[in-house]
Amino acid sequence: MSAGRAKPGPTRRGRPSPGSGLAIEAGRLEKRFGGKRALAGVDLAVTPGTVYGLLGPNGAGKTTTVRILATLLAPDGGRARVAGHDVAAEPRLVRRAIALAGQSATVDEDLTGRENLVFLGRLAGLPRAAAKARAAGLLAAFGLEEAAARQARAYSGGMRRRLDLAASLIARAEVYFLDEPTTGLDPASRAQVHQIIRSLAAGGATVLLTTQYLEEADQLASRIAVIDHGTVIAEGTPGQLKAAAGPGTLRIRLADPAQRPQARRTLAGLLGALVQDGVDPLVLTAMLPAARSGQPASDQAAAAVAELGRAGIAVGEFALGQPSLDEVFLALTAQPIASSAPAAAGPETTATGSQIFTKGSS
Amino acid sequence: MTALSGVPAAGTARPSSLAAGPRPEPPGAWAASAAFGWRALLKIKHVPEMLLDVIAIPVVFTLMFTYLFGGALAGSPRRYLQFILPGTLVMAVLLVTMYAGTGLATDRAKGITDRFRALPIWRLAPVTGGLLGDTARYLLAAALVVVLGVAIGFRPVGGAPGVLAGIGLLLVFALALSFAWATLGLLLRTPQAVMSAATVVLFPLTLASNVFVAPHTMPGWLQAFVAVNPVSHLVTAERALLGGHPVAGPIAWVLLTSAVLTAVFAPLTAWLYGRQQ
Repeated sequence: MSAGRAKPGPTRRGRPSPGSGLAIEAGRLEKRFGGKRALAGVDLAVTPGTVYGLLGPNGAGKTTTVRILATLLAPDGGRARVAGHDVAAEPRLVRRAIALAGQSATVDEDLTGRENLVFLGRLAGLPRAAAKARAAGLLAAFGLEEAAARQARAYSGGMRRRLDLAASLIARAEVYFLDEPTTGLDPASRAQVHQIIRSLAAGGATVLLTTQYLEEADQLASRIAVIDHGTVIAEGTPGQLKAAAGPGTLRIRLADPAQRPQARRTLAGLLGALVQDGVDPLVLTAMLPAARSGQPASDQAAAAVAELGRAGIAVGEFALGQPSLDEVFLALTAQPIASSAPAAAGPETTATGSQIFTKGSS
Repeated sequence: MTALSGVPAAGTARPSSLAAGPRPEPPGAWAASAAFGWRALLKIKHVPEMLLDVIAIPVVFTLMFTYLFGGALAGSPRRYLQFILPGTLVMAVLLVTMYAGTGLATDRAKGITDRFRALPIWRLAPVTGGLLGDTARYLLAAALVVVLGVAIGFRPVGGAPGVLAGIGLLLVFALALSFAWATLGLLLRTPQAVMSAATVVLFPLTLASNVFVAPHTMPGWLQAFVAVNPVSHLVTAERALLGGHPVAGPIAWVLLTSAVLTAVFAPLTAWLYGRQQ
């Protein structure tokens, strides 16, 4: 689908950390909030100089993991090292190596965009003139020059998010934690943030990116951990995760929406596959099972379409493709990604093109 | 790196504006506090409405206490003014101290505290920096009481040195008390809760003192409380300084109380701010 991800290997220029040489390593991280178990043993290993995707629905434990790694939260169990330093024993050394963009756009609404950046530049240790110059550079890079003298409370959601991200880039960091950096952004801003993330990794930094958007992880991350209910349920390159979901996906567009339930039953019976209704009332998606690997995916697809014809169901279009990460997530969790994230299933979810698992999927 | 998904490849856009230089050394305690102080002053500049009660409380207190109680308690407002003004000064400034807690609670509610806590800076810097903005508020409130008081007939017998020493001592106590509100600001969930809690403490503390009347008219149990109330010692010290006959006892008590408040609440605030909850 895309070759645009940084591959670990010869192109990597990350600074090696002492010990394991990993930028981030977490072992059996556990966290409870009251009676609720937020993390039930999360393991992570992130190579320096790469973008690592932490993918999962709301409430899966992504933010809790990031907060532990960024020294904001003490885990109840397990250990973690960031940039070679133990987050519990050496939080100050970890803080010197990281930059954090939290999930809520954390800027001071009373201050102007420029003042926010100069203030945070001063806190990063820049002299006044350097902080001003850095703020000006970031405002230009994020397209916020015109709004620089306005209070952040007057910013749109997208502008605020960009300012927040700019604030996180004030000083160079070894490891960047970006917690859902594109949530609430329009497609153009989203593409801009993607560029920024790529350039961070190209510059040798490590980026831990949490996202609900499977496309985003697919495009940016060299490895992805899928997290659900506080545990990592799958880990690997996007290609590996897709391969694990089966040889392919059959998308069928019917001529008559009334026939969809019958078509779904027919396909499920023939293929023994997970068949999902699309948002479009005419569309069905079937994940071809790997179990029938003796039979090529194209043969399975052809047989399925022929079977629908025999059952008197009119097929408008059909297509065979690689499974998307949406479908991978579905295969791993047996639930659509948006079903546990109703609040997030707003317009921005549809904007990613992850049409199958938006709010229509309940 | 090439991207085939329609998004231009990174590195071609404007990497120069994004690439930071080498990471500087983290700021020291003073530099970090100064940055937070600058932020506090900018907030006052951008949201001057925040000064509304800092202006209203001193004006209303000075006029109300003088003219409401003056005739009944001292025969005339003018005679009472000489007695009540140091008390008004203390009450007005101490009521304003509660903002030291609401700012921290607001930061926490907005999530910006997380950004600060992930930085390698002195843990108390957000609090001490905030106190810089609070100092501006306290000085404004104190100046309003004194200027308005003199305008309606108060005689600061101690002159400018007495007034300056009085305001200085009051500032020391107000800043020490501010650490208590900072602790509350980190314990309670909302700025409103901080204000409510601070009000519940401040009203009895300021009213059950020698601000309005001499304690010998009170029942014994209340006299006992008034005698140990640090606000009473502060008011006594202020009367002495503004009146031009400073006495060491009450001043020493105020300084000691301030030291104890700071020694208890400053480390507690730092611990609460830094704790990985």
